[in-house]
Amino acid sequence: MNRSLVVDVLFWCFAAGSVVTGYLVFRTDSMVRAAFWLLASFVGVGAILVMLAAEFLGVVLILMMAGEMLIMAVVMVMFMMNPAGLNPMFMVHQHRFAVAAGVVSFAGLSVVALTVEFPDQPVDPAVDATAELGFELLGDSMLVFQTAGVALLATMIGAIALASRNGRFGTADEGSQEPALDIEELESP
Amino acid sequence: MTLEALLVVAAALFAVGLYGAISQQSFVMLMMGLELMINGALLALIALWALSTGGNPQGQMLAIVFMTVMAIEMALGFALITNVYRVRRADITEKLRKLKG
Repeated sequence: MNRSLVVDVLFWCFAAGSVVTGYLVFRTDSMVRAAFWLLASFVGVGAILVMLAAEFLGVVLILMMAGEMLIMAVVMVMFMMNPAGLNPMFMVHQHRFAVAAGVVSFAGLSVVALTVEFPDQPVDPAVDATAELGFELLGDSMLVFQTAGVALLATMIGAIALASRNGRFGTADEGSQEPALDIEELESP
Repeated sequence: MTLEALLVVAAALFAVGLYGAISQQSFVMLMMGLELMINGALLALIALWALSTGGNPQGQMLAIVFMTVMAIEMALGFALITNVYRVRRADITEKLRKLKG
């Protein structure tokens, strides 16, 4: 069978799958199921990335999103009403405006995609794109890589500060208090 | 698998995400819309990288920055959801009227 035909069929399967599952995220009754539909959408995009010679990024995307969606499902069960989808759920506001915004953005971006002449320079199949990315990460773009790492560290600190119930000197939502001078008082709960 | 087809699929993902981010009331569903928008942007970026820039490794570098943004958005979003739920007992946007100007 023709190889490019197989690639095309696979591409359209993954593309249609990722868009449809992305839509189902907002149509299902169960929030946990919505998290898994979103994961399916990411898996479709990850597969397309692998087909586009970005194997590393595609697989990393799938792995990262699998972890993230599991956390999301746990958060849903912890905080949201009706996580199991036992009742019908359609919680939207400004629905008509949202539909219009979606349609307009799709039309506008599609017009740009179909009318602009992009240069036709595909990846050279002889080049190992993943190895090139590795040399870029630890070579010229190392500063970008490090900055991303520091940003993630700051995010971790900020997330802990936001989510923890108690700071060292009192509850998190009351603001900080002066530490007691008496050591015994500081140690008592 | 042409560049135009890839960009149209990316536009569709972005549009669905935008619809979700604007219309959903629940914070977590709203974040799912944002994730879907970044997903579409990532697909468009890699499509342009693979078919239009001759595989410049800096394009993949930008994709890694996109993924970092995704991770930061999720982590801070969950932390804010936890905090807002604890302080205001709110899980949908309509319960945060105090932020309204």
